Amino acid sequence: MILSANNISLHLSGFDLLRNISLEVEAGRVTAIVGPNGAGKSSLLKVLTGEMPASHGEVDLNHRPLNQWHLLDRAQMLAVLPQHTLLNFPFTADEVVGLGRIPHKTGLAKDSQIIAEALDLVDASYLQKRFYTQMSGGEKQRVQLARVLAQIWQPSHLGPQFLVLDEPTSAFDLSHQKLTLDIVRQLAERGVGVVMVLHDLNLAARCADNLVVFDGGVIAAQGSPKDVLTEQLIDRVFGVKSIIAQHPVTKRPLVIT
Amino acid sequence: MRHFSAQNLIWALAILLPAAVLISLVVGTVNISVSDAFKALVGNASSTQIDTILLDIRLPRILLAILVGAVLASTGAVMQGLFRNPLADPSLIGVSSGASVGASLMIVTAGGFIQSGALVGLSLVAVGAFIGGFAATLLVYRLATSGLGTSVTTMLLAGIAIGALAGALNSLLSYFSDNDMLRQISLWQMGNLSGASWLKVSLMGAVALLLMLLFPRDSKALNALLLGESEARHLGIDVQRVKRRLILLTALGVGVSVALAGLVGFVGLIMPHIVRLAIGPDHRWLVPASAMAGATLLVIADSLARIVVIPAELPTGILTALLGAPFFVALLLQQRKDV
Repeated sequence: MILSANNISLHLSGFDLLRNISLEVEAGRVTAIVGPNGAGKSSLLKVLTGEMPASHGEVDLNHRPLNQWHLLDRAQMLAVLPQHTLLNFPFTADEVVGLGRIPHKTGLAKDSQIIAEALDLVDASYLQKRFYTQMSGGEKQRVQLARVLAQIWQPSHLGPQFLVLDEPTSAFDLSHQKLTLDIVRQLAERGVGVVMVLHDLNLAARCADNLVVFDGGVIAAQGSPKDVLTEQLIDRVFGVKSIIAQHPVTKRPLVIT
Repeated sequence: MRHFSAQNLIWALAILLPAAVLISLVVGTVNISVSDAFKALVGNASSTQIDTILLDIRLPRILLAILVGAVLASTGAVMQGLFRNPLADPSLIGVSSGASVGASLMIVTAGGFIQSGALVGLSLVAVGAFIGGFAATLLVYRLATSGLGTSVTTMLLAGIAIGALAGALNSLLSYFSDNDMLRQISLWQMGNLSGASWLKVSLMGAVALLLMLLFPRDSKALNALLLGESEARHLGIDVQRVKRRLILLTALGVGVSVALAGLVGFVGLIMPHIVRLAIGPDHRWLVPASAMAGATLLVIADSLARIVVIPAELPTGILTALLGAPFFVALLLQQRKDV
């Protein structure tokens, strides 16, 4: 059971944003996408989540084309956290997280329990009654993370669930970066397939099962972080000289620039 | 902190609205005592004159105020949610400017025919206003809709363009009309409930009922839309369908209101805004509470319109703005102090 992109291309106003991309996101595994700015990472996420139709190729969710799923059914299996959310209405944090329960019919009592647990998980319980419009960037991002977590809080009878995150840690301090990666690992252990765009190669190396390196609209390399992260590749894709070491505890690759 | 819980506000309005109705029944050029009013309402009037004033003039007028106020304020709340802009207004989609042209066109071209001319009991001006309003909305909607769906930004811009065009047409029509027509046009644009009749009430009532039955179905979708359109889609909302449905319902509601009561400004813009400041942006409560608040405001404004310059009366639209604007400014000042 997978979320897969099969040989997709995306052309937009004369530009090739994606060329012949094939990618499989397996349930229970964490896929991290890295690459320089403008490499097509966000475009891939847009196609993968059905926000933009691919010019060629097809996206499948649990062995059915993505656009053939009923929207509500799809929302029970696939949750998406965008890079920025333009919410400028004074919802409280628990109301924002409650929006994640819209696709479900679990009732008010169950929903409020899930909302409280999701806020607690992202260390945002203290924000519960605060206005979203008055929060800091990192607090907003945590509340939005809690919202997409609430959306896939319980397993769906329709199939394995997937979580797509676009730079989830961009606004976070060190402790919340670690917290996010821990949550992602927990979700994967529960059987959720996670795809996320990250900028920090070391964060990606630490938590990804499958690391995908994007460059110029194509996949430059993919596989386990150990196999993918080489000094030559980082030089070729990012144009940066680096040393690859091994993390003394996790034994994962460590990129030193 | 929010000033009220949604339930408390709705309870308060549920008491305030009937009180306003009661006061509105007894005040006017002819003052009627509360006991006489009750007698007349239960079909036991103390004189036929009181009976006529209450049942044929005041009651339909009050009911029309309730319905028009409710429709304008609830569609305002819906449009502000759909456009993700707390200062949006039902007139953004072109319905008011289109209606204005339709009405002016009828006043100028139909001329003398206007007094006697009527279509199933409605004046030609009303029919013209409705057609103009609805046509302008459809035009704005078509302009903003492409294969990729309806763009809210394009719709805002198209609304401004169509509004400007309608303004020009309106000026042109005013320029070529005589003094009497000019006065009719400008009076119509001030908005007035004095022409209320039971026919108008039942027509407006049917439209208001339709809106109140259908809006709650989309209140969760509107909440999700505040996050953004793609976020709403990821939450399982069929965004394009919701947009089309809400725009059509708003055009219908505002189109009929404007046709029957002229341009009553302010209610659709400010009432939802005030209610949101009090109870927050959750549309499950915001839309019905705005409807009740809009109805209350219009009943109060219309009562005042009848008594401030006795024996004459003012157009209602002037009073809604005179009452609401200072209140809104006070709220903004209060909010500035809170922050």
